[in-house]
Amino acid sequence: MRHSWRRRAAFATAALAFAGGVAAGGSTEGSEVQTVKVMAKRFDFTPDEITLKKGVPVDLELTTADRVHGFYAPKLNLHAEVKPGEPVHLRFTPETAGTFLFQCDMFCGEGHEDMNGKIVVVE
Amino acid sequence: MTKGIDRRQFARLAGLGGVAFASGLFTHTGGGRAWAAGAEAAGDFYFVQMTDTHWGFSGDKINPEAKNTLRKAVAEVNGFAPAPDFIIFTGDLTHTTDDGNERRRRMTEFKSIVADLKVKTVRFMPGEHDASLDAGTAFKEMFGETHYAFDHKGVHFIALDNVSDPGASLGAAQLDWLKADLAKLDKKQPIVVFAHRPLFDLAADWDWATKDGKLAIDMLMPFEQVTVFYGHIHQEHHDMTGHIAHHAAMSLIFPQTAPHSVEKKAPVAWDPAHPFKGLGWRSVEADGKKASVTFTEHALKA
Repeated sequence: MRHSWRRRAAFATAALAFAGGVAAGGSTEGSEVQTVKVMAKRFDFTPDEITLKKGVPVDLELTTADRVHGFYAPKLNLHAEVKPGEPVHLRFTPETAGTFLFQCDMFCGEGHEDMNGKIVVVE
Repeated sequence: MTKGIDRRQFARLAGLGGVAFASGLFTHTGGGRAWAAGAEAAGDFYFVQMTDTHWGFSGDKINPEAKNTLRKAVAEVNGFAPAPDFIIFTGDLTHTTDDGNERRRRMTEFKSIVADLKVKTVRFMPGEHDASLDAGTAFKEMFGETHYAFDHKGVHFIALDNVSDPGASLGAAQLDWLKADLAKLDKKQPIVVFAHRPLFDLAADWDWATKDGKLAIDMLMPFEQVTVFYGHIHQEHHDMTGHIAHHAAMSLIFPQTAPHSVEKKAPVAWDPAHPFKGLGWRSVEADGKKASVTFTEHALKA
C-alpha cells in the first residue's frame, strides 16, 4: 500500500546492516520511519534482502549505477522504473508480515533473470 | 497417450503434467459447422509449437548439449509423418547478447538450422532474449513483424508481442490492433493466440506475466473458443482465465523450476542419467469442423 509522504525532513537515513540483509532504520520521536537505499546495477540489487517492520512507514530510495532498471514487488504493490541520475522514492507502509519477492522487470541482459531480491516484513 | 476431456474436466486438471490431452479449446461443437475464417475451408490439421530454443546459450551444468539440442529437435519433428501444416516458434529463438552483431549472427545460425524443417510454413515470434534489448529491431530484420494474425482452415490465429517492450507490456498500439482484428470476427470464431510470456499473472514476482495482458484477455473473453499457447517459463503448464485456456510448452534448452515451488526461480540442472529431461515440443491437432483440438507434449528423446 502506498503511503502518503509528508514528513520527509524528520526522517533519519541510516540503514542498519545485519544478517546479510538490511534492516531499515531511522526514527525521530513520534515519527518513526524506515529508510532503505537500494542500488540497482546489472545484474543485482544492493542490498537484495531488506527487513522491514510491519506497520511502520517506509521510504525506499532506488538508484541505478548503470542503466534503466525496474523494481517490481507485485505483492506489495510496488513498482518503479529507475533511470540513471534520477533516484526514485517509494513510500509505503507494509501491513502484512511475510516475505515478498522483488525483481528487475526491465529486461537488462543475460543476467536479468537473476536480478531479484526479497523484502521480509516482521512483526 | 492421448486423453480426451471436456472443458470442465480440463479446468479441474489444470496444472496436470500430462502427456497429451484435449484442451478446453473448441469444445463448443456448433453443430459441426465449419468455422469459416478467410477463404480456407475448416478441417482437420495439426501444427507444431516449438519454443525457447535460446540458440547461443552455453552452460554445461544446465545443458552440455546446447549446440545439438535444436538440431535434435528439428530431426525429431521431421520424423513425424505427415508433416504439420505449419510450425511456430514462440520466442527466445536466441539467447540474448549485448552485441547487436552477435545477436544477428545467432539469428542467422538459428535460421540456418530450422531451415532443415520439412514443412512448408514456419512462423516466428520473438522472446525477450531476441527483442527486449533493441525493441525488436534485429528480429524484424531477420524474421519480419513481431505481431500478426492469420487464418488457417477455420481457425483464426493471433501472435502477440509482449517482449519488444523490455517492461513486458503489449502496449496501447498493439492492443488497438488486436481490438480491430477481433472486431472482424464472429463471437463463435475459434481463436488460437500465441504469446511468449503468459498473458495472465502466473507468477508476476518471477517475471512470468504481462503487465497489460489482462486487457488482451478481456478483449478475447467475449469469444466462445479461445486458447493461448505460450513459452517463456520453460515447462509445460496449464491454467484457465474464465473459459480461456493457457498452455505453456516445454523449452528446447533447459527446464525451469515450477512456479513458486522454490523461493527464486532457477534453471533445472542437467541430469546425466536422464539427458534432455524436461525438454520437448508440442503438436496441436485442430479440427475446425468438429470444433475440437487435442495437443500432445513430445519429450525430446534421450
